Amino acid sequence: MGENITLGRALNIGLRRAMEDDPKVLLMGEDIGKLGGVFRVTDGLQKDFGEDRVIDTPLAESGIIGTAVGLAIRGYRPVCEIQFDGFVFPAYDQIVTQVAKMHQRTRGKVKMPIVIRIPYGGGIGAVEHHSESPEAYFAHTPGLKVVSPSNPQDAFWMIQQAIACDDPIVFFEPKRRYHDKAEVDTSAPLSAAPQHLFSATVAHSGTDATLLCYGPMVKTCVTAAAAAKEEGRSLEVVDLRTLSPLDMAPIIASTRKTGRVIVVHEAQGSLGMGAELAARITEECFYDLEAPVLRVTGFDTPYPPSRFEEDYLPDLDRVLDGVDRAFGF
Amino acid sequence: MSLHYVTPEPVPDMVQLLTPEGQRVDNPEFEWTFTDDEIRGLYRDLAIVRRIDVEAMALQRQGELGIWASCLGQEAAQIGSGRALSPNDMAFPTYRETGVAWCRGIDPLDLTAAWRGLNYGGWDPIEKKFNLYTIVIGSQTLHAVGYAMGVQKDHADDAVIAYFGDGASSQGDVNEAFIFAASYDAPVVFFCQNNQYAISEPFSRQSRVPLYHRAEGFGFRGIRVDGNDVLACLAVTRYALEECRTGNGPVLVEAYTYRMSAHTSNDDPTRYRLAAEVEEWTLRDPIERVKAYLVRNGHVTQSFFDEIDAEGNEIATRLRAGTLAMEPPALEEMFDWAYAEQTDLLTKQRKDFVDYKASFVSEEA
Repeated sequence: MGENITLGRALNIGLRRAMEDDPKVLLMGEDIGKLGGVFRVTDGLQKDFGEDRVIDTPLAESGIIGTAVGLAIRGYRPVCEIQFDGFVFPAYDQIVTQVAKMHQRTRGKVKMPIVIRIPYGGGIGAVEHHSESPEAYFAHTPGLKVVSPSNPQDAFWMIQQAIACDDPIVFFEPKRRYHDKAEVDTSAPLSAAPQHLFSATVAHSGTDATLLCYGPMVKTCVTAAAAAKEEGRSLEVVDLRTLSPLDMAPIIASTRKTGRVIVVHEAQGSLGMGAELAARITEECFYDLEAPVLRVTGFDTPYPPSRFEEDYLPDLDRVLDGVDRAFGF
Repeated sequence: MSLHYVTPEPVPDMVQLLTPEGQRVDNPEFEWTFTDDEIRGLYRDLAIVRRIDVEAMALQRQGELGIWASCLGQEAAQIGSGRALSPNDMAFPTYRETGVAWCRGIDPLDLTAAWRGLNYGGWDPIEKKFNLYTIVIGSQTLHAVGYAMGVQKDHADDAVIAYFGDGASSQGDVNEAFIFAASYDAPVVFFCQNNQYAISEPFSRQSRVPLYHRAEGFGFRGIRVDGNDVLACLAVTRYALEECRTGNGPVLVEAYTYRMSAHTSNDDPTRYRLAAEVEEWTLRDPIERVKAYLVRNGHVTQSFFDEIDAEGNEIATRLRAGTLAMEPPALEEMFDWAYAEQTDLLTKQRKDFVDYKASFVSEEA
């Protein structure tokens, strides 16, 4: 029994459930109260839980994360909203030097169950600093865990799992998928979550090549797999779901099955998630590979003005071109 | 380049209860409520903390600590504010708060362990109500405000104190902390030890106005106190904490003091300040004025000072022996605390590295 809801709505219901389950859960961020957030993900929550638990903050990202650290030390579980990907950097210092390090620094005496929600990625025709994919910065930081749902079902479960987790989690929400709909059983308890938060999943089965992707690119890759099927190629799509830690077992299994891997992400290619995945796969599956691990990504430029973004973002054609290259070896 | 000179002249609106000569001053707002016992206790705190500081600096010079951040000259600001705290009040230090740590019952060996490079502070910050040291400048002021927001949500009457220096007042985080604290009326005391230097940069490089004036711009009260006067620091901090408890917080306290030593043991202050300045501030020593008061008012005999000296020496001896006897932590600890829920990757890295190290041992055997 499910209801057909958008990814944004799934997050909203997931946040509501987390707040009902644990009175220590707080939401904080700019414009998340009356307005319900610029993407309306927190819509109606302040009305029902009050200003004490859904906290409209001053316009100061470092302040949001820094005060969340203090609230966590006091025993709360803050869920912080950063309004847009490109605005996280004023808070970057608090995230990487404080949030990420507190558990290690105190040898586990202080936990940092903080979730940092960041709408990320392009494709919505936004202005500068509103379409970026900064996940590699955070995935590169020990002490943080980084996840990204790609569909309403995962959004609903993963946000609740992230809030329940005692580690700090950077939660990247694919903003151009906020309006995608799917059936979600929103009545089931958290204990019924279909899979572990830090696990990858096969989004589309195939035998000839593997597309590794996450967040907004999963839909693109599944579409590409459908198109490839018409041309007689069977592509497997693995949705990483968790970027740090990486769930290597399904990645290795798929690599062994297909022998060809193409990593697809929106972020620039150099020194990013694709580089890490290529290295890990090469280390662990060298003799299973029929071709080098290839990358189809954004370019090594700042995110371009939105009139260019259709060319910047990997699309079905560029993904299939990547597959062709993998078969050229 | 000329060397700097910071005048020790007291500014007119600085709260002072005891002159550098040890004479009592009456203040219309901050009453003299101290018993002789209390003043003797404060003297003991000041003298022992200085003894700990001197011993730790010696340990550093002998290569036993990687680095040490001395609180020499700032003992009154730290003991005065630290002794104003109630047991449940939470303190967020920076990295020079030996005196506050003493007031919170932190074993000095926990401080030297961190500076020796064994850990990042061995105490339990929740149990001791004293957060671990924070090295990134000013970060902890936001943590203090967040903790204070939690106190409000718990409807508790605990107060929170955030320590920082004059250099930190330039940081964005400190200014954001002021804004958050004011916006939510958070029960937090911002306790700035203005020791006149951010490593080599004088306070004039941080601000065109006295620091305590800034509070007004954020919408709460700022008070400047003679940071070398332990009684004034105690009275003003007590007042500020009480403001928090009664819902009138936050308060900014600027303790006007002087860093008599180097920024840390790696610093060379002769490159940026004049010896005459240090000499002049020496006359305002926070311990000497309490001693002068006690002697002048006949409340103590020489044996009182001798006993405290002996106690300080005992603590220093224990600190030295304990520091020298410290064993390095188990190798695996590096991997064990990165996360609350361990990852497969770290489990593997840990095992691989332990095996790798063990391979050397077996070769030797």
